[in-house]
Amino acid sequence: MSLSDDERREIDAALPHYPDRRAAAATAMRLVQRRRRWLSDEALADLGGYLGMSVEELDSLATFANMLFRRPVGRHIVLVCDSFACWSLGYAELRAAIQTQLGVGLGETTPDGRFTLLPIVCLGACDRGPAMMVDADLHGPVAPAAVGAILEAYA
Amino acid sequence: MSAPDPNGWDRPLTKAMRPDGQAAFLDDYIAAGGYEGLGRALRELEPAAVTQAVSDSGLRGRGGAGYATGRKWSTMPLGPDAPRPKYVVCNGDEMEPGSFKDRFLLSRNPHLVLEGMIVAGFAVQADAGYVFLRAQYDQPLACVERALAEAYERGYLGRDILGSGFSFDIYLHESVGRYICGEASAMLNALESQRPNPRARPPHMTGAGLYARPTVVNNVETFAAVPSIVRNGADWWKSLSLTAEGGTKIYGVAGRVAQPGCVELPMGTSMRELIEVHAGGMQPGCELRAVSPGGASTAFVKAADIDVAMDFGSMEKVLSRLGTGTLVLLDDKTCPVGMTLNLLRFFAQESCGWCTPCREGLQWSASLLRDIEQGCGRPEDLDLLQEHVWIMGADKAFCDLAPGAMQPLEAALRLFRDDFVRHIEEGRCPYAPDEVQEAPPEGATAR
Repeated sequence: MSLSDDERREIDAALPHYPDRRAAAATAMRLVQRRRRWLSDEALADLGGYLGMSVEELDSLATFANMLFRRPVGRHIVLVCDSFACWSLGYAELRAAIQTQLGVGLGETTPDGRFTLLPIVCLGACDRGPAMMVDADLHGPVAPAAVGAILEAYA
Repeated sequence: MSAPDPNGWDRPLTKAMRPDGQAAFLDDYIAAGGYEGLGRALRELEPAAVTQAVSDSGLRGRGGAGYATGRKWSTMPLGPDAPRPKYVVCNGDEMEPGSFKDRFLLSRNPHLVLEGMIVAGFAVQADAGYVFLRAQYDQPLACVERALAEAYERGYLGRDILGSGFSFDIYLHESVGRYICGEASAMLNALESQRPNPRARPPHMTGAGLYARPTVVNNVETFAAVPSIVRNGADWWKSLSLTAEGGTKIYGVAGRVAQPGCVELPMGTSMRELIEVHAGGMQPGCELRAVSPGGASTAFVKAADIDVAMDFGSMEKVLSRLGTGTLVLLDDKTCPVGMTLNLLRFFAQESCGWCTPCREGLQWSASLLRDIEQGCGRPEDLDLLQEHVWIMGADKAFCDLAPGAMQPLEAALRLFRDDFVRHIEEGRCPYAPDEVQEAPPEGATAR
C-alpha cells in the first residue's frame, strides 16, 4: 500500500508552506493520521517514500509528539485535562466518571473501538474547568453526571 | 480605572470583539478600525520607524518572559545585504497550564493577531510568517483559517499589500503536540519537522532562526498589541496603563470564583481588583489562599499580597512574575502540596529529556512530593526539595523549562511550609476526606 490519491493531494496542498518536503513531515503525518486514525509502520514507510525520509527520521518526531499515535486508537479521542486548574476544580471526579462510563483507563480503547481515553495537559480552558475534549469539541465545565450525555453524542 | 473611551480605543485588544461571543471576522474588525495600523505603517512609515514606535511604546512580550519587543525586532538584519528569506513566527502554543488568554484572542479577534504579524513582517522586512498553533485548538484554528482567507481576499496579505510593494504570506501550522514546542527555539525545530528540543544560544533567532534565517518569534498577545500602537502612537499606548509599563493586558481568572474568564484591563491593574471585581470574588465558602499569577512556571503569591499591581516590575516585588497574567487561584479547601505535585508532575512529563538536571531532577522532585502528599515523606525531604530548587535554578539547565518548574516549588516551600510539615507529621494529606484517603502504594517511596 502507498499513500492514497486523497492523502497525496492534501500533502501536496501543504508543501508550498514549507521550503522543502522534509519540513512538511509533521504536517504530512498529521494529515495521514486524520484519514487512518493512527500511524502504522506502513504509514510511516509510505510517508517516508513520498517525503524522501527514513522511517526512523519520521519516528523520531512521531514518538515525541503526543498527538501522533503509533498504536491503534478508537473512532473518537477523549482528552481529559489534568493540569492544575482543572485538578483543583474536580478533575479526579470527572476522570472517574469518564472511566466508569467507558469502562477503560487512561491510554486505553473501548473494546468496541469507539473511544480512546487519553490524559492531556492544560487545554487552555482553565476558566471552564474541569474541561475535556471529544475530538475537536471542547466541553467545560463538565459535571461528572453530564459525562454520559456528552459521550452519547459521538457514535 | 480610567474613564472608558467612547470609541473603545482604551481597550484596543478587545475593541473589535462581538458581544455575542462569536469571532469578529473582517467586517466587524474593519468597523472597529482594523487594519488602519497596517495602512499607516505601509503608507506613512519606514520599516525602522515601525520598530521604533514599538520600542518607544515599551511593549514587552506577553508570552511570559517579558522581553522588550522593539529591542528584539531591532536586532533583525535590515537592508539589501540581509539574509533572505526572513520570518515572523507567532507563538500560539498555549500549553502552559494556567494560561488561557491566547485562545480568547485567537477565537474572538483573529484579525488583530494577523494584522500585528503583518506589521511586524513589514517592520523587519520579512517574507513569510507562521502561526504556530497548539493541537487541541480546533476552534481558534478555524477562526484563524477563515481570517487568513479573508485577509488574502482583501489584499492585506500576499503580493503588493495595499499597493505598497510589500509582500508577505502567513501560513498556519498546527502542532503535533508537546509543551516544549512553546519554547521559541524548540518551536522553530518543530516548524522544521525536527524533534523539538530547544536550541543552543547563541546564535540568536533573529540572526539564525527558522531554517537558519533571521526570525522573530512573538506571542499571540504581543502581536495583538502592535496594530493600535502603530495606529495611535507610543505615547497613547503608554497612557492606557495604570503604571509606568504601558498599554493594556488580557488578564484572566480561573478557580473558585463567581465569574471565571478573561478581561482586558489597563496594565498594572491590581490582583485584588481582578479577583474581587472582574471575577466576582470567591465562591461562597471558599477563601483565597494563594494565586498562581501567570502560568505554571510562575511562583505562587500569597493572599496577603494581592494588592500588587499586575505588571512586570511590581510582580517581582512579591517574588513572582507577571508571566501570562492569567490567574489560577488556590483556595483553602485545596491541598497546596497536591497542587505543587500536580505542577511538578506536569513539568517532569514534559521535559524533552535533553539535559540532565531537567530530565532527572524533575522526576525526582515529583517523587519526593508524591511521597509527602501520600503520607510517606520524611522531614529531610524538604531539604532535598530545597536543594533541587537550587540545582535546577536559573541558567542551570539547557532551557527555561526546569528553572520555570522550580518557581512554584520554591514558592510552595516558602509559603506552605506548615502544610508540608503537617503531611509528614500526620502521615497523611490533611485535606483529603478520611474515606478517600489513599494508602501509599507498594514501592511509593522515591528511594
